[in-house]
Amino acid sequence: MADPMKIRAQMKGDIAEIRVLMSHPMETGQRKDSNGKIIPAHHITSITVDVGGKRIIQGQTGPAVSRNPVFGFKVKGPKAGDKVVIHWEDNKGDKRTDEATIS
Amino acid sequence: MKKRIGALMAVMAMSAAFAAHAQQPVKKAAPNAAGATDATTADFEKFRDVLEEDNPAELFEARGEELWKAKRGPHNVSLAETCDLGLGVGKLKGAYVQLPRYFADADAVMDAERRIAYCMVKHQGFKAEDLAKKPFSSGNYTPELVSLTTYVAGHSRKMKFAVPQKHPKEKETYQIGKEIFAYRAGPWDFSCSTCHGQEGMRIRTQNLPNLSTSEGALRAVQGWPGYRMTGGVMHTLQWRLNDCFRQQRFPEPNYVSPSLTALLSYMTVNANGQMYKGPGIKR
Repeated sequence: MADPMKIRAQMKGDIAEIRVLMSHPMETGQRKDSNGKIIPAHHITSITVDVGGKRIIQGQTGPAVSRNPVFGFKVKGPKAGDKVVIHWEDNKGDKRTDEATIS
Repeated sequence: MKKRIGALMAVMAMSAAFAAHAQQPVKKAAPNAAGATDATTADFEKFRDVLEEDNPAELFEARGEELWKAKRGPHNVSLAETCDLGLGVGKLKGAYVQLPRYFADADAVMDAERRIAYCMVKHQGFKAEDLAKKPFSSGNYTPELVSLTTYVAGHSRKMKFAVPQKHPKEKETYQIGKEIFAYRAGPWDFSCSTCHGQEGMRIRTQNLPNLSTSEGALRAVQGWPGYRMTGGVMHTLQWRLNDCFRQQRFPEPNYVSPSLTALLSYMTVNANGQMYKGPGIKR
């Protein structure tokens, strides 16, 4: 299974700042190894973010995103104590869900 | 002392591997551009501060924590219950900023990585040859020692370097480091101090810190272990120093070599009293 994400969620005024750091190789499928063989694509294809039980982001990502990516969101509405649930899936069927509480 | 350095270099020469296609370093002094250079440096610092808020090094710290606490190796023990990094078994807070130091059980001065590798071999029963097989990160591969070192270094965040210089061997190691730093050799007759022993030097656009000064030495040890955005890999000072030898066209040092401990001792003692920010992020 994939390594855990690091999630930070903080209220700044009435806006929640959510940042997530994911552990993923994010291979584009265009690189070659030292033997000249193509390294197969391996990247996150979809991300969802739920805050306080409500889906606020449903996104698709591709090979252009860097290795070990960081995503940041600013969300209006939630309050401290709300739960943030972030989920990703990659093109090999691997997936990961992590949670954090807004502080 | 001179003789010992010669012997060290000879050992390193036996495990020689020259980098044939490395780029030509061009070294120029920039006496008039000092002001502009400072502005660039300041901007880079800002850039780094922003990046450090979400440093992927944290992912490696998390992996290192698992490795540190897990019972592993032929002896099935954890490092947390066996490994003394100088402040007592399993004590991590501030250990990294007080290394290299003298360890009575090994009768040697060791830096963080050498000490962790020593613990892995002595307590957990791993084979040193196996650890040395692929010592550096590349692609999706990260050696366990790199994650472990990042985890240990994370426990010295925002603490001041306080590398001890009480034991005679600690003083001796510092002196050996100083000599290696000034030791000219290799096909280009280079030493570390050729580039890093005076003010205002640079290689291409990279400003070079003067490691014989306190501020310069801090710049050399600050930010390591570091996450390198180029390639997205975690590297430690062992890799960084190895790269210096490679760029000088020197034979590359053995895995966790005492010569690197000596150089690290020289650099870290020079940086004593200044704050270590923790595992960093590099371009």
